[in-house]
Amino acid sequence: MTRFLLPLAAFIVLVVFLAVGLGLKPREVPSPLIGKPAPIFQSQLLHEPGKMLASQDNLGKVWLLNVWASWCVSCREEHPLLVELARSGIVPIYGLNYKDKRDLALQWLNQYGDPYTVSVVDPEGRIGIDYGVYGVPETYVIDKNGVIRHKQIGPVTVESLEKKILPLIKELQG
Amino acid sequence: MIPELGNFALILALLLALTQGTLPIIGAARGIPSWIALARPVVQGQFVFLAIAFGCLAYSFVNNDFSVMNVARNSNSELPIQYRIAASWGSHEGSLLLWVFMLSAWSVAVSVFSRHLPDEMVARVLGVMGLVSVGFILFLLVTSNPFDRLLPAALEGSDLNPLLQDPGMVIHPPMLYMGYVGFSVAFAFAIAALISGQMDAAWARWSRPWTTIAWVFLTIGIMLGSWWAYYELGWGGWWFWDPVENASFLPWLVGTALVHSLAVTEKRGSFKSWTVLLAICAFSLSLLGTFLVRSGVLTSVHAFATDPTRGVFILAFLVIVIGSSLLLFAWRAPKVGLGGKFDLVSRESMLLANNLLLMVAAGSVLLGTLYPLIMDSLDLGKISVGPPYFEAVFVPLMTPAIFLMGLGPLARWKQASLPELMLRLRWAFGVSVVTALLMPFVMGEWKPLVSFGLLLAFWIIATIFVSIRQRLHNSGQGGLFTKLARQSRSYYSMHLAHLGIAVFIIGVTLVNGYETEKDVRMEIGSTVTMGGYTFRFNGASPVSGPNYQAMRGDIDVLRNGEKIRVMQPEKRTYNASGMAMTEPAIDTGLLRDLYVALGEPLEDGAWVVRVYHKPFVDWIWFGCLLMAFGGILAVTDRRYRLKVHSKHVETTTVVAEGKRVASNAGLAAGGKKA
Repeated sequence: MTRFLLPLAAFIVLVVFLAVGLGLKPREVPSPLIGKPAPIFQSQLLHEPGKMLASQDNLGKVWLLNVWASWCVSCREEHPLLVELARSGIVPIYGLNYKDKRDLALQWLNQYGDPYTVSVVDPEGRIGIDYGVYGVPETYVIDKNGVIRHKQIGPVTVESLEKKILPLIKELQG
Repeated sequence: MIPELGNFALILALLLALTQGTLPIIGAARGIPSWIALARPVVQGQFVFLAIAFGCLAYSFVNNDFSVMNVARNSNSELPIQYRIAASWGSHEGSLLLWVFMLSAWSVAVSVFSRHLPDEMVARVLGVMGLVSVGFILFLLVTSNPFDRLLPAALEGSDLNPLLQDPGMVIHPPMLYMGYVGFSVAFAFAIAALISGQMDAAWARWSRPWTTIAWVFLTIGIMLGSWWAYYELGWGGWWFWDPVENASFLPWLVGTALVHSLAVTEKRGSFKSWTVLLAICAFSLSLLGTFLVRSGVLTSVHAFATDPTRGVFILAFLVIVIGSSLLLFAWRAPKVGLGGKFDLVSRESMLLANNLLLMVAAGSVLLGTLYPLIMDSLDLGKISVGPPYFEAVFVPLMTPAIFLMGLGPLARWKQASLPELMLRLRWAFGVSVVTALLMPFVMGEWKPLVSFGLLLAFWIIATIFVSIRQRLHNSGQGGLFTKLARQSRSYYSMHLAHLGIAVFIIGVTLVNGYETEKDVRMEIGSTVTMGGYTFRFNGASPVSGPNYQAMRGDIDVLRNGEKIRVMQPEKRTYNASGMAMTEPAIDTGLLRDLYVALGEPLEDGAWVVRVYHKPFVDWIWFGCLLMAFGGILAVTDRRYRLKVHSKHVETTTVVAEGKRVASNAGLAAGGKKA
């Protein structure tokens, strides 16, 4: 009898996770980093491996850090919005190319357009760990003092852009 | 008016589903013939009302009724008519309506083709399907009504997602859903067997063709989805291990195990409780797939509008359906008994091992899909799982499974001898090793992984040859063709499906090993050469489609200096949504695909162009088609047709007086024989 109960037991465990997962709302997890200084990083540029970008260089301006990868399917969903945002010139977008291969990443940008002021590479995901990257894509709003003010988990949508990100950027730039 | 009619028909369908889910089951338990007899007409009535509901929704789409929220969100007056019809199932609400509509279609099929089954059995099976239907119609009416009005009406709709505006997408969801929903029949048979405690070879024989048909639909559905991703996403990939793809792949893996397990139960009477468990699992995973896609617990490119109340509803539904089935299983299955005994080396043990491998593979795909969620729930950190995990886990699990796939059909039931098997297969093994070692040289470069992949494929092919040769050798007198004709369809169907796996592996191996791609800046008149083909870029010019504007590239393909083809990839911008889409041009061939996609425009009419040379890529989908054909062949096997035939005989005797009718039936029976 007991061994016939095993499938049911496994299912109950699964249901508990799914129920907790429903409450989590993956796109709205508050990041413990909000209101804290953005972790400092220094890494190679995607386009020019010889050059480095340090995050402190961005002090004094409001900027977006967008975590992306060529293997990430959802990135394709948000990408046209980022390209449009970059074209509008409201805010510079910096890319963090996460656990990716350089040639694939460059091809991807050629294919879908490059909204990034620059992209830095994070092949092993070290910077991603510092930032608590949950899944790709993610987007951080970082203010003039280098403090993380907002974190968008999952693709940027028209709604999140208009209701949350753009007003916040205006306020921070003001 | 029409949407309200649709809504009303949906409510009536719910009432009929409630009747269907209660009275026949109670009737079967208490032995009330009139309640049992209710099952068939109620099923057919429910089908009629769901067809009306679906027709009303399609009508609203075709006539651009933007006062219906669903239409306003997913259609546009510029959308071509075929996509307006397809948009009926392009949205969350519409696709769920399609889901229940198909469930009712399957139920009607069961009610029609089950004349030879005991009435109580049919009543229970249809009752279980009715209960599932109740859940889904309630879900539609409570949380996602496709007929909700939008007042005041929108002037124009916001258009169907351009990714879905494609012929492949028109038929992909219905096929996939036919597969998902089809497993509900096997599930209903399993539950009915658990309720009645009657679980024998006859039960397996009844469930088998239904399961196989569902599996065929699912196979074709997944194939179409993969093919669509290949030519529509402009990315050249054919599988992404995306949660939604995994959601369709999980029931396929378990369904494959179920098809094989049912064969053992039918032929040998073994694996009974295991088969029942698989039937429950296959359908549960179909439901779980719906939950994952619709609830928003996982983010995916496919995720439609997500809404937590929907998530809660589906989760509750999952708990009720799967929980109660597994509880029933725990309560009744121990009484089923184990069935025929078999040795450690036998066809049964090999099938069981393969079943286990398939289940472990399904388990690891499920784990990979849910891992980010589980880690997050336990507060252990935030992790994303990508294709590298799935490839690392999946390939090693499938390797022994494919090895056993070659052995199984040659092994005897009950007890086989390993040395004898090895002796019989030594040539097959030798030939496949040598071919696998040499073949990569023909392709131009020796690569260990390619050789390994080919070994698996050639092993399957070689063992099929050995099996057929020995079978013919043992089938008495006559010439080659007489002997070939003497074998049953189900025998050929097995080998055809296995051959499909081999063809699929060849495709995957060769395209992964030898595909080349170039991402080049092309000025007007410049050329790029790849795989013996030269591509000449003649510039791009604007064209306009019905609901989009596009830049269309013009590329000549030359072979040995001769122009063999013009390829015209497009970069489209859709008017209503402003979404940009890449529409690649593909030259399909038996041995390779040429694949050209436009990237970004540069100055002076130059463009970034992606060019791929993909050897044997179409073999991937051709392999899937072979598997599906194998399944179709299996359900047309003589022993299933015999039933239809004997039914005809019955009807003939009843109406024997009427000459015309009798001769018609004779014709029909003759046709069946042919």
